[in-house]
Amino acid sequence: MSGLLEEMAAKALRLNIPLNVQLDLTYRCNERCVHCYLDHDDHGEMTTAEIKHLLDEMADAGVFILTLSGGEIFLRKDFFEILEHARRLMFCVKLKTNAVLIREREAARLLDLGVESVQISIYSHRPEVHDAITLVPGSLKRSVDAIRFLKAHGLKVIIANVLMTENMRDYNGVRALAAELEVECTLDPTVTPMMDGNRSTVSLGVDQSELRQVFRDASLVGDVDEFCAIPAGPGENELEATPCSAGHTACYVSPYGEVFPCVQFPFPTGNVRRQRFVDIWRHSDQMNEVRSIRVRDLTTCTSCTHVSNCTRCPGLAYMEGNMRGPSSQDCEKSFARTGVPSANMLAKKRVAANLVQIRTLPASASIRASATGAIA
Amino acid sequence: MTKLYLTRNPRVAARNLDGEMMIMSGRDSTLFTLNKTATILWQSADGNTPLSEIVEQRICSEFAVEPARALQDAETLARELASHEILKISDQPIGQESSVDGEPR
Repeated sequence: MSGLLEEMAAKALRLNIPLNVQLDLTYRCNERCVHCYLDHDDHGEMTTAEIKHLLDEMADAGVFILTLSGGEIFLRKDFFEILEHARRLMFCVKLKTNAVLIREREAARLLDLGVESVQISIYSHRPEVHDAITLVPGSLKRSVDAIRFLKAHGLKVIIANVLMTENMRDYNGVRALAAELEVECTLDPTVTPMMDGNRSTVSLGVDQSELRQVFRDASLVGDVDEFCAIPAGPGENELEATPCSAGHTACYVSPYGEVFPCVQFPFPTGNVRRQRFVDIWRHSDQMNEVRSIRVRDLTTCTSCTHVSNCTRCPGLAYMEGNMRGPSSQDCEKSFARTGVPSANMLAKKRVAANLVQIRTLPASASIRASATGAIA
Repeated sequence: MTKLYLTRNPRVAARNLDGEMMIMSGRDSTLFTLNKTATILWQSADGNTPLSEIVEQRICSEFAVEPARALQDAETLARELASHEILKISDQPIGQESSVDGEPR
């Protein structure tokens, strides 16, 4: 974050202004990514009028950065009408899309409407790997063609690559592709559980040894020794800090009008179909509960070596059952980085040891068992 | 002196954060915050009101400044904002050329 943006974020935090909102326009999608956390059926999306009204409310509440995402945003027939309205309200609009439906005409329109950036998911530079993740043959070519159209029009494009076991070997290929296309590239090793709590997708993520390999790649992390250094533990200021921007200067709105602290934090705080956006933001008990949490309130984590530089996501912790608890996926990352297990990992190990009690049998019993062939 | 007309660049993003105008450049996503005078210019930049009138009605009335000096400073500021592509300036009234006709909030 730039210095000035940080300053503005600090001011927004002080004034309780939701500076940054992600609005998902639809959960429908033309790809079927194996790791996706969404259910792609339409359960009653907000209408064009409802979304425009919500955008008016958001502008009045002080929202500046508006990320339009999904599902696939271009599946909404009113997408450009919504975007035009958002830009008329002078939001800084960022888009997240698979770009499969972006062609020359769409790229020109996005430029005309002054979109800040377009983030496009690319999982591999090889069609056989990317298309096996999206489950749509030809999708890599369509997405890369779209990047070329967008770049030709001078738009800022960011390639977003979610790292999984399936595409682990290809992240350097994706980065080379990004360099060739002259676009930015981000890499995220977190696979999110599904919004309904189903955790089956998490197993697609990279394992501990793969994470270690990524975290020791100097071309990704810079100074490996510094990145992987064991933290000194928290100071007083760090314990008073807020865990992240979710609910503080940022929130998420679903296609059905539900407001959550973040897209990765499905804790319901209200619905804009029944309440004004600003009232949910300011007065929802749930939003205020999230807002009240400081690092010192976290169970387990406050006693953890990693607390001062852990990437702990409160939303992932919530999906594990306790928004004040640890997020195991982030514990794994801290462990992969430093080789030091987190307080949560150590506690789990103790519990496991108490549950499975393996005791040495008395010598005579052991001999008897061997004699009957019961123990190989 | 030639009249100068200002209009907001429709490619920027903008929000008023408790009296402080935040502007993000459409060219390179650079973030700017505008001081009080620049905010007045931004809010008054409708493409039809000459800068001299903005200075007289919005700046001299609010700040105790001598009108000729205020106009000179405002013109310098307007040109600087134009160099960052936050405002567009012209010696003719400016019509809206984009489908985005920004409403400052």
